[in-house]
Amino acid sequence: MRALDLDYMLGLVPVILGYVPLTLFMAAVAMVCALVLASLLAVERVIRVPGLDWLVVLFISFFRGTPLLVQLFLFYYGLPQVVSFLTQINGVTAAIMGLTLHFSAYMAEAIRAAITGVDRSQWEAAQSIGMTQAQTMRRIVLPQAGRIAAPTLVNYFIDMIKGTSLAFTLGVTEMMGATQKEASGSFLYFEAFLVVAILYWVIVETLNQVQRQLETYLNKAYAR
Amino acid sequence: MITLRGLTKRFGDTTVLDGIDLDIADGERVVVIGPSGTGKSTLLRCLNFLDRPDAGTITVGDVHVDAGHATRGDILSLRRATSFVFQNYALFANKTALENIMEALVTVQGRPRAEAEQRARAILAETGLTEKAGSYPAALSGGQQQRVGIGRAMAIGADLMLFDEPTSALDPEWIGEVLDLMRRVAEQRQTMLIVTHEMQFAREIADRIVFIDGGRIVEAGRPEDVLDTPRDERLKRFLKRVL
Repeated sequence: MRALDLDYMLGLVPVILGYVPLTLFMAAVAMVCALVLASLLAVERVIRVPGLDWLVVLFISFFRGTPLLVQLFLFYYGLPQVVSFLTQINGVTAAIMGLTLHFSAYMAEAIRAAITGVDRSQWEAAQSIGMTQAQTMRRIVLPQAGRIAAPTLVNYFIDMIKGTSLAFTLGVTEMMGATQKEASGSFLYFEAFLVVAILYWVIVETLNQVQRQLETYLNKAYAR
Repeated sequence: MITLRGLTKRFGDTTVLDGIDLDIADGERVVVIGPSGTGKSTLLRCLNFLDRPDAGTITVGDVHVDAGHATRGDILSLRRATSFVFQNYALFANKTALENIMEALVTVQGRPRAEAEQRARAILAETGLTEKAGSYPAALSGGQQQRVGIGRAMAIGADLMLFDEPTSALDPEWIGEVLDLMRRVAEQRQTMLIVTHEMQFAREIADRIVFIDGGRIVEAGRPEDVLDTPRDERLKRFLKRVL
Protein backbone atom coordinates (compact mmCIF):
# COMPACT_ATOMS: atom_id res chain seq x y z
CA MET A 1 0.00 0.00 0.00
CA ARG A 2 1.30 3.42 -0.95
CA ALA A 3 0.74 6.78 0.77
CA LEU A 4 -1.84 9.22 -0.61
CA ASP A 5 -0.40 12.03 -2.72
CA LEU A 6 -1.93 14.84 -0.66
CA ASP A 7 -0.23 17.64 -2.63
CA TYR A 8 -1.75 16.28 -5.82
CA MET A 9 -5.17 16.09 -4.15
CA LEU A 10 -4.99 19.66 -2.86
CA GLY A 11 -3.89 20.87 -6.26
CA LEU A 12 -6.82 19.07 -7.87
CA VAL A 13 -9.46 20.74 -5.69
CA PRO A 14 -9.45 24.15 -7.46
CA VAL A 15 -9.37 22.43 -10.86
CA ILE A 16 -12.53 20.41 -10.13
CA LEU A 17 -14.17 23.32 -8.31
CA GLY A 18 -14.02 25.17 -11.61
CA TYR A 19 -16.57 22.68 -12.96
CA VAL A 20 -18.97 22.95 -10.03
CA PRO A 21 -20.92 25.80 -11.70
CA LEU A 22 -21.66 23.63 -14.76
CA THR A 23 -22.78 20.73 -12.56
CA LEU A 24 -25.03 22.99 -10.50
CA PHE A 25 -26.31 24.73 -13.64
CA MET A 26 -27.43 21.43 -15.18
CA ALA A 27 -29.03 20.27 -11.94
CA ALA A 28 -30.77 23.60 -11.29
CA VAL A 29 -32.20 23.97 -14.80
CA ALA A 30 -33.32 20.33 -14.82
CA MET A 31 -34.89 20.77 -11.35
CA VAL A 32 -36.93 23.82 -12.37
CA CYS A 33 -38.12 22.14 -15.58
CA ALA A 34 -38.84 18.86 -13.75
CA LEU A 35 -40.84 20.68 -11.04
CA VAL A 36 -43.06 22.35 -13.63
CA LEU A 37 -43.51 19.16 -15.64
CA ALA A 38 -44.06 17.03 -12.51
CA SER A 39 -46.72 19.44 -11.20
CA LEU A 40 -48.59 19.23 -14.50
CA LEU A 41 -48.32 15.44 -14.53
CA ALA A 42 -49.42 15.20 -10.90
CA VAL A 43 -52.42 17.49 -11.41
CA GLU A 44 -53.44 15.41 -14.41
CA ARG A 45 -53.15 12.23 -12.33
CA VAL A 46 -55.46 13.75 -9.72
CA ILE A 47 -58.15 15.18 -12.00
CA ARG A 48 -57.71 12.51 -14.71
CA VAL A 49 -58.27 14.24 -18.03
CA PRO A 50 -60.00 11.72 -20.29
CA GLY A 51 -57.77 10.65 -23.18
CA LEU A 52 -54.67 12.08 -21.52
CA ASP A 53 -54.54 9.91 -18.43
CA TRP A 54 -53.19 6.76 -20.08
CA LEU A 55 -50.43 8.80 -21.76
CA VAL A 56 -49.33 10.27 -18.42
CA VAL A 57 -49.42 6.83 -16.79
CA LEU A 58 -47.29 5.47 -19.63
CA PHE A 59 -44.82 8.38 -19.39
CA ILE A 60 -44.36 7.96 -15.64
CA SER A 61 -44.08 4.21 -15.96
CA PHE A 62 -41.40 4.40 -18.67
CA PHE A 63 -39.20 7.03 -17.02
CA ARG A 64 -39.37 5.31 -13.64
CA GLY A 65 -38.96 1.88 -15.15
CA THR A 66 -35.72 2.38 -17.09
CA PRO A 67 -32.24 3.46 -15.90
CA LEU A 68 -31.25 7.11 -16.24
CA LEU A 69 -28.07 6.11 -18.11
CA VAL A 70 -30.08 4.17 -20.68
CA GLN A 71 -32.41 7.15 -21.15
CA LEU A 72 -29.46 9.53 -21.62
CA PHE A 73 -27.89 7.26 -24.25
CA LEU A 74 -31.26 6.89 -25.95
CA PHE A 75 -31.64 10.69 -26.22
CA TYR A 76 -28.09 11.60 -27.08
CA TYR A 77 -26.90 8.77 -29.28
CA GLY A 78 -30.15 7.14 -30.36
CA LEU A 79 -32.80 9.74 -31.10
CA PRO A 80 -30.72 11.92 -33.50
CA GLN A 81 -30.54 8.92 -35.85
CA VAL A 82 -34.31 8.95 -36.24
CA VAL A 83 -35.25 12.58 -35.51
CA SER A 84 -33.07 14.85 -37.63
CA PHE A 85 -33.38 18.19 -35.77
CA LEU A 86 -31.98 16.55 -32.61
CA THR A 87 -28.52 16.28 -34.22
CA GLN A 88 -27.99 19.89 -33.14
CA ILE A 89 -28.34 19.05 -29.47
CA ASN A 90 -25.16 19.17 -27.38
CA GLY A 91 -24.33 17.00 -24.40
CA VAL A 92 -25.36 19.57 -21.78
CA THR A 93 -28.80 20.05 -23.31
CA ALA A 94 -29.29 16.30 -23.68
CA ALA A 95 -28.30 15.75 -20.05
CA ILE A 96 -30.71 18.45 -18.85
CA MET A 97 -33.50 16.94 -20.95
CA GLY A 98 -32.78 13.45 -19.67
CA LEU A 99 -32.61 14.52 -16.03
CA THR A 100 -35.80 16.55 -16.43
CA LEU A 101 -37.84 13.72 -17.92
CA HIS A 102 -36.44 11.06 -15.60
CA PHE A 103 -36.91 12.97 -12.36
CA SER A 104 -40.24 14.55 -13.35
CA ALA A 105 -41.70 11.03 -13.36
CA TYR A 106 -40.56 10.41 -9.78
CA MET A 107 -41.49 13.88 -8.60
CA ALA A 108 -44.94 13.61 -10.20
CA GLU A 109 -45.71 10.63 -7.97
CA ALA A 110 -44.47 12.50 -4.88
CA ILE A 111 -46.55 15.57 -5.72
CA ARG A 112 -49.61 13.47 -6.58
CA ALA A 113 -49.40 11.75 -3.20
CA ALA A 114 -49.03 15.14 -1.51
CA ILE A 115 -52.07 16.55 -3.34
CA THR A 116 -54.08 13.55 -2.19
CA GLY A 117 -52.82 14.26 1.33
CA VAL A 118 -54.37 17.74 1.42
CA ASP A 119 -57.56 17.57 3.48
CA ARG A 120 -60.80 17.26 1.51
CA SER A 121 -62.26 20.18 3.46
CA GLN A 122 -59.70 22.51 1.84
CA TRP A 123 -61.17 21.70 -1.60
CA GLU A 124 -64.71 22.18 -0.34
CA ALA A 125 -63.92 25.49 1.31
CA ALA A 126 -62.31 26.80 -1.88
CA GLN A 127 -65.24 25.65 -3.99
CA SER A 128 -67.75 27.08 -1.53
CA ILE A 129 -66.38 30.59 -2.08
CA GLY A 130 -66.74 30.12 -5.85
CA MET A 131 -63.18 29.29 -6.88
CA THR A 132 -62.73 27.28 -10.06
CA GLN A 133 -60.95 23.95 -9.98
CA ALA A 134 -57.81 25.57 -11.43
CA GLN A 135 -57.87 28.38 -8.84
CA THR A 136 -58.40 25.85 -6.05
CA MET A 137 -55.44 23.85 -7.25
CA ARG A 138 -53.13 26.82 -7.72
CA ARG A 139 -53.94 28.88 -4.64
CA ILE A 140 -54.97 26.36 -1.99
CA VAL A 141 -54.07 22.76 -2.79
CA LEU A 142 -50.66 22.98 -4.52
CA PRO A 143 -49.11 25.30 -1.90
CA GLN A 144 -50.12 22.88 0.84
CA ALA A 145 -49.06 19.86 -1.22
CA GLY A 146 -45.72 21.58 -1.86
CA ARG A 147 -45.04 21.75 1.84
CA ILE A 148 -45.86 18.07 2.26
CA ALA A 149 -43.71 17.11 -0.71
CA ALA A 150 -40.79 19.49 -0.04
CA PRO A 151 -38.46 17.08 1.83
CA THR A 152 -38.95 14.42 -0.85
CA LEU A 153 -38.38 16.95 -3.64
CA VAL A 154 -35.14 18.18 -2.08
CA ASN A 155 -34.01 14.55 -1.94
CA TYR A 156 -34.68 14.22 -5.65
CA PHE A 157 -32.70 17.40 -6.26
CA ILE A 158 -29.78 15.82 -4.41
CA ASP A 159 -30.14 12.70 -6.55
CA MET A 160 -30.20 14.96 -9.58
CA ILE A 161 -26.93 16.67 -8.67
CA LYS A 162 -25.30 13.28 -8.35
CA GLY A 163 -27.02 12.23 -11.58
CA THR A 164 -25.31 15.03 -13.51
CA SER A 165 -22.10 12.97 -13.20
CA LEU A 166 -23.57 10.71 -15.90
CA ALA A 167 -23.35 13.62 -18.34
CA PHE A 168 -19.66 12.81 -18.72
CA THR A 169 -20.73 9.73 -20.68
CA LEU A 170 -22.24 12.17 -23.21
CA GLY A 171 -18.87 13.91 -23.54
CA VAL A 172 -19.68 16.78 -21.17
CA THR A 173 -16.74 17.95 -19.10
CA GLU A 174 -18.41 18.57 -15.75
CA MET A 175 -17.01 17.61 -12.32
CA MET A 176 -16.83 13.91 -13.10
CA GLY A 177 -15.60 14.37 -16.66
CA ALA A 178 -12.86 16.77 -15.52
CA THR A 179 -11.75 14.34 -12.82
CA GLN A 180 -11.62 11.49 -15.31
CA LYS A 181 -9.39 13.55 -17.59
CA GLU A 182 -7.06 14.57 -14.75
CA ALA A 183 -6.80 11.01 -13.48
CA SER A 184 -5.96 9.52 -16.85
CA GLY A 185 -3.12 12.05 -17.11
CA SER A 186 -1.67 11.44 -13.64
CA PHE A 187 -2.67 7.79 -13.16
CA LEU A 188 -3.57 8.73 -9.57
CA TYR A 189 -7.12 7.40 -9.89
CA PHE A 190 -7.73 6.87 -6.19
CA GLU A 191 -6.72 10.41 -5.22
CA ALA A 192 -8.64 11.99 -8.10
CA PHE A 193 -11.90 10.16 -7.52
CA LEU A 194 -11.61 10.60 -3.76
CA VAL A 195 -11.38 14.38 -4.27
CA VAL A 196 -14.44 14.48 -6.52
CA ALA A 197 -16.38 12.22 -4.14
CA ILE A 198 -15.63 14.58 -1.24
CA LEU A 199 -16.65 17.60 -3.30
CA TYR A 200 -20.03 16.01 -4.22
CA TRP A 201 -20.46 15.11 -0.56
CA VAL A 202 -19.81 18.70 0.57
CA ILE A 203 -22.34 20.04 -1.97
CA VAL A 204 -24.99 17.56 -0.84
CA GLU A 205 -24.41 18.27 2.85
CA THR A 206 -24.71 22.00 2.19
CA LEU A 207 -28.05 21.32 0.53
CA ASN A 208 -29.20 19.27 3.51
CA GLN A 209 -28.61 22.35 5.66
CA VAL A 210 -30.65 24.43 3.21
CA GLN A 211 -33.43 21.85 3.39
CA ARG A 212 -33.63 22.17 7.17
CA GLN A 213 -33.97 25.94 6.85
CA LEU A 214 -36.59 25.46 4.16
CA GLU A 215 -38.64 23.12 6.31
CA THR A 216 -38.61 25.55 9.22
CA TYR A 217 -39.78 28.28 6.85
CA LEU A 218 -42.53 26.14 5.29
CA ASN A 219 -43.81 25.00 8.68
CA LYS A 220 -44.20 28.59 9.87
CA ALA A 221 -47.90 28.64 8.97
CA TYR A 222 -48.58 25.47 10.92
CA ALA A 223 -46.85 26.32 14.19
CA ARG A 224 -49.15 26.47 17.20
CA MET B 1 -85.75 35.52 -2.72
CA ILE B 2 -84.64 31.90 -2.53
CA THR B 3 -86.79 29.13 -3.99
CA LEU B 4 -86.24 25.38 -3.84
CA ARG B 5 -88.50 23.01 -5.75
CA GLY B 6 -88.40 19.23 -5.55
CA LEU B 7 -84.78 19.11 -4.39
CA THR B 8 -83.76 15.46 -4.32
CA LYS B 9 -80.50 13.78 -3.38
CA ARG B 10 -79.70 10.08 -3.26
CA PHE B 11 -76.59 8.35 -2.00
CA GLY B 12 -76.75 4.93 -3.63
CA ASP B 13 -80.09 3.40 -2.65
CA THR B 14 -80.70 5.88 0.16
CA THR B 15 -82.82 8.93 -0.59
CA VAL B 16 -81.42 11.62 1.69
CA LEU B 17 -83.50 14.53 0.34
CA ASP B 18 -86.92 13.52 -0.90
CA GLY B 19 -88.26 16.48 -2.86
CA ILE B 20 -87.66 19.53 -0.66
CA ASP B 21 -89.78 22.64 -1.42
CA LEU B 22 -88.77 25.77 0.44
CA ASP B 23 -89.09 29.53 -0.05
CA ILE B 24 -86.93 31.95 1.89
CA ALA B 25 -87.65 35.70 1.77
CA ASP B 26 -84.84 38.26 1.59
CA GLY B 27 -83.48 38.91 5.06
CA GLU B 28 -85.27 35.92 6.52
CA ARG B 29 -83.49 33.68 9.02
CA VAL B 30 -84.49 30.05 8.72
CA VAL B 31 -83.22 27.41 11.14
CA VAL B 32 -83.30 23.75 10.13
CA ILE B 33 -83.67 21.19 12.92
CA GLY B 34 -84.10 17.45 12.93
CA PRO B 35 -82.56 14.13 14.00
CA SER B 36 -79.03 13.30 12.80
CA GLY B 37 -78.76 11.70 9.41
CA THR B 38 -82.02 13.13 8.08
CA GLY B 39 -80.50 15.29 5.40
CA LYS B 40 -80.12 18.69 7.11
CA SER B 41 -76.47 19.07 6.19
CA THR B 42 -77.06 17.52 2.78
CA LEU B 43 -79.69 20.18 2.09
CA LEU B 44 -77.18 22.94 2.78
CA ARG B 45 -74.42 21.19 0.85
CA CYS B 46 -76.74 20.78 -2.16
CA LEU B 47 -77.50 24.51 -2.11
CA ASN B 48 -73.76 25.12 -2.50
CA PHE B 49 -73.31 22.16 -4.85
CA LEU B 50 -70.74 20.61 -2.51
CA ASP B 51 -73.07 17.65 -2.94
CA ARG B 52 -74.69 17.50 -6.35
CA PRO B 53 -78.47 17.18 -6.11
CA ASP B 54 -80.05 14.59 -8.40
CA ALA B 55 -83.19 16.53 -9.23
CA GLY B 56 -85.03 19.76 -8.48
CA THR B 57 -84.41 23.44 -9.00
CA ILE B 58 -82.61 26.06 -6.93
CA THR B 59 -83.18 29.79 -7.38
CA VAL B 60 -81.05 32.25 -5.42
CA GLY B 61 -81.62 35.85 -6.49
CA ASP B 62 -80.88 35.99 -10.23
CA VAL B 63 -79.29 32.56 -10.30
CA HIS B 64 -81.46 29.67 -11.39
CA VAL B 65 -80.09 26.14 -11.48
CA ASP B 66 -81.82 22.98 -12.64
CA ALA B 67 -80.02 20.21 -10.79
CA GLY B 68 -80.48 17.71 -13.61
CA HIS B 69 -78.73 19.92 -16.17
CA ALA B 70 -76.41 22.10 -14.10
CA THR B 71 -73.44 23.34 -16.11
CA ARG B 72 -70.08 24.26 -14.62
CA GLY B 73 -71.03 27.91 -15.09
CA ASP B 74 -74.34 27.41 -13.25
CA ILE B 75 -72.54 25.84 -10.34
CA LEU B 76 -70.00 28.67 -10.09
CA SER B 77 -72.78 31.28 -10.24
CA LEU B 78 -74.68 29.49 -7.48
CA ARG B 79 -71.58 29.22 -5.29
CA ARG B 80 -70.90 32.92 -5.78
CA ALA B 81 -74.47 33.75 -4.71
CA THR B 82 -74.25 31.62 -1.57
CA SER B 83 -71.64 31.27 1.15
CA PHE B 84 -70.95 28.38 3.45
CA VAL B 85 -69.83 28.13 7.07
CA PHE B 86 -68.43 24.67 7.83
CA GLN B 87 -68.79 22.65 10.99
CA ASN B 88 -65.02 22.03 11.06
CA TYR B 89 -64.21 25.67 10.02
CA ALA B 90 -62.15 24.48 6.99
CA LEU B 91 -60.02 27.62 6.95
CA PHE B 92 -57.31 27.69 4.29
CA ALA B 93 -54.38 26.29 6.26
CA ASN B 94 -51.78 28.06 4.12
CA LYS B 95 -53.31 31.51 4.58
CA THR B 96 -53.54 33.95 7.49
CA ALA B 97 -56.85 35.01 9.02
CA LEU B 98 -56.81 38.16 6.89
CA GLU B 99 -55.88 36.26 3.72
CA ASN B 100 -58.66 33.74 4.34
CA ILE B 101 -61.18 36.58 4.24
CA MET B 102 -59.47 38.31 1.29
CA GLU B 103 -59.25 35.21 -0.88
CA ALA B 104 -62.73 35.36 -2.41
CA LEU B 105 -62.47 39.12 -2.95
CA VAL B 106 -59.18 38.86 -4.85
CA THR B 107 -59.39 35.51 -6.62
CA VAL B 108 -63.12 35.14 -7.28
CA GLN B 109 -64.33 38.73 -7.49
CA GLY B 110 -61.10 40.10 -8.98
CA ARG B 111 -60.96 43.17 -6.79
CA PRO B 112 -57.71 45.17 -6.44
CA ARG B 113 -55.61 43.91 -3.55
CA ALA B 114 -55.68 47.16 -1.58
CA GLU B 115 -59.47 47.40 -1.76
CA ALA B 116 -59.84 43.73 -0.82
CA GLU B 117 -57.55 44.14 2.15
CA GLN B 118 -59.45 47.18 3.39
CA ARG B 119 -62.75 45.30 3.16
CA ALA B 120 -61.25 42.19 4.80
CA ARG B 121 -59.88 44.27 7.68
CA ALA B 122 -63.33 45.78 8.23
CA ILE B 123 -64.85 42.29 8.37
CA LEU B 124 -62.10 41.07 10.67
CA ALA B 125 -62.93 43.97 12.99
CA GLU B 126 -66.58 42.86 13.03
CA THR B 127 -65.49 39.39 14.07
CA GLY B 128 -63.43 40.96 16.85
CA LEU B 129 -60.18 39.48 15.58
CA THR B 130 -58.29 42.55 14.34
CA GLU B 131 -55.21 41.61 16.34
CA LYS B 132 -55.19 38.12 14.77
CA ALA B 133 -54.96 39.36 11.17
CA GLY B 134 -51.53 37.83 10.62
CA SER B 135 -52.19 34.56 12.46
CA TYR B 136 -52.45 31.25 10.65
CA PRO B 137 -55.41 28.97 11.45
CA ALA B 138 -53.22 26.53 13.40
CA ALA B 139 -52.47 29.30 15.89
CA LEU B 140 -56.15 30.20 16.51
CA SER B 141 -58.61 28.65 18.98
CA GLY B 142 -61.64 26.81 17.64
CA GLY B 143 -63.87 29.77 18.37
CA GLN B 144 -61.51 32.18 16.66
CA GLN B 145 -61.21 29.88 13.62
CA GLN B 146 -64.97 29.68 13.27
CA ARG B 147 -65.28 33.47 13.57
CA VAL B 148 -62.77 33.79 10.71
CA GLY B 149 -64.82 31.14 8.86
CA ILE B 150 -67.91 33.29 9.24
CA GLY B 151 -65.88 36.34 8.19
CA ARG B 152 -64.75 34.53 5.06
CA ALA B 153 -68.37 33.74 4.24
CA MET B 154 -69.44 37.34 4.97
CA ALA B 155 -66.83 38.70 2.55
CA ILE B 156 -68.57 37.12 -0.42
CA GLY B 157 -71.60 39.36 0.11
CA ALA B 158 -73.79 36.40 -0.77
CA ASP B 159 -77.55 36.50 -1.16
CA LEU B 160 -77.75 33.51 1.14
CA MET B 161 -75.43 32.43 3.95
CA LEU B 162 -75.45 28.74 4.85
CA PHE B 163 -74.37 27.63 8.33
CA ASP B 164 -73.77 23.89 8.71
CA GLU B 165 -73.77 23.17 12.47
CA PRO B 166 -71.28 25.99 13.05
CA THR B 167 -70.88 25.31 16.78
CA SER B 168 -71.02 21.51 16.86
CA ALA B 169 -67.25 21.01 16.72
CA LEU B 170 -66.53 23.69 19.32
CA ASP B 171 -65.59 23.32 22.96
CA PRO B 172 -68.45 24.75 25.05
CA GLU B 173 -66.35 27.76 26.09
CA TRP B 174 -66.14 29.00 22.48
CA ILE B 175 -69.79 28.53 21.46
CA GLY B 176 -70.99 31.85 22.88
CA GLU B 177 -68.65 34.04 20.85
CA VAL B 178 -69.62 32.30 17.61
CA LEU B 179 -73.35 32.65 18.30
CA ASP B 180 -72.78 36.32 19.17
CA LEU B 181 -71.17 36.89 15.79
CA MET B 182 -74.06 35.12 14.06
CA ARG B 183 -76.48 37.43 15.88
CA ARG B 184 -74.54 40.43 14.54
CA VAL B 185 -74.73 38.98 11.01
CA ALA B 186 -78.48 38.51 11.47
CA GLU B 187 -78.90 42.14 12.54
CA GLN B 188 -77.64 43.18 9.09
CA ARG B 189 -80.74 41.56 7.57
CA GLN B 190 -78.58 38.89 5.95
CA THR B 191 -80.61 35.96 4.61
CA MET B 192 -79.46 32.93 6.59
CA LEU B 193 -80.17 29.21 6.50
CA ILE B 194 -78.81 27.58 9.63
CA VAL B 195 -78.54 23.97 10.72
CA THR B 196 -77.99 23.86 14.47
CA HIS B 197 -78.65 21.84 17.59
CA GLU B 198 -78.64 24.99 19.76
CA MET B 199 -82.39 25.15 20.38
CA GLN B 200 -82.30 28.26 22.57
CA PHE B 201 -80.34 30.09 19.89
CA ALA B 202 -82.71 28.80 17.20
CA ARG B 203 -85.73 30.15 19.10
CA GLU B 204 -84.08 33.53 19.50
CA ILE B 205 -82.66 34.08 16.00
CA ALA B 206 -85.09 32.28 13.69
CA ASP B 207 -87.96 33.89 11.82
CA ARG B 208 -88.96 30.38 10.92
CA ILE B 209 -87.98 26.90 12.02
CA VAL B 210 -88.08 23.98 9.62
CA PHE B 211 -88.18 20.41 10.97
CA ILE B 212 -86.75 17.81 8.58
CA ASP B 213 -87.10 14.07 9.05
CA GLY B 214 -86.55 11.31 6.51
CA GLY B 215 -85.49 13.78 3.85
CA ARG B 216 -88.76 15.75 3.93
CA ILE B 217 -89.95 18.93 5.57
CA VAL B 218 -92.35 17.64 8.20
CA GLU B 219 -93.30 20.85 9.93
CA ALA B 220 -92.38 24.52 9.56
CA GLY B 221 -93.45 27.73 11.21
CA ARG B 222 -92.69 30.42 13.76
CA PRO B 223 -90.27 29.29 16.49
CA GLU B 224 -92.86 29.46 19.24
CA ASP B 225 -95.34 27.38 17.21
CA VAL B 226 -92.84 24.71 16.17
CA LEU B 227 -91.04 24.47 19.50
CA ASP B 228 -93.92 25.02 21.96
CA THR B 229 -96.97 23.59 20.20
CA PRO B 230 -95.64 20.96 17.80
CA ARG B 231 -98.26 18.97 15.89
CA ASP B 232 -96.28 16.18 14.26
CA GLU B 233 -95.51 13.15 16.45
CA ARG B 234 -91.94 12.83 15.20
CA LEU B 235 -91.29 16.48 15.98
CA LYS B 236 -92.74 16.01 19.48
CA ARG B 237 -90.46 13.04 20.09
CA PHE B 238 -87.45 14.94 18.72
CA LEU B 239 -88.11 17.97 20.90
CA LYS B 240 -88.57 15.81 24.00
CA ARG B 241 -85.04 14.51 23.43
CA VAL B 242 -83.28 17.81 22.73
CA LEU B 243 -85.08 20.38 24.87
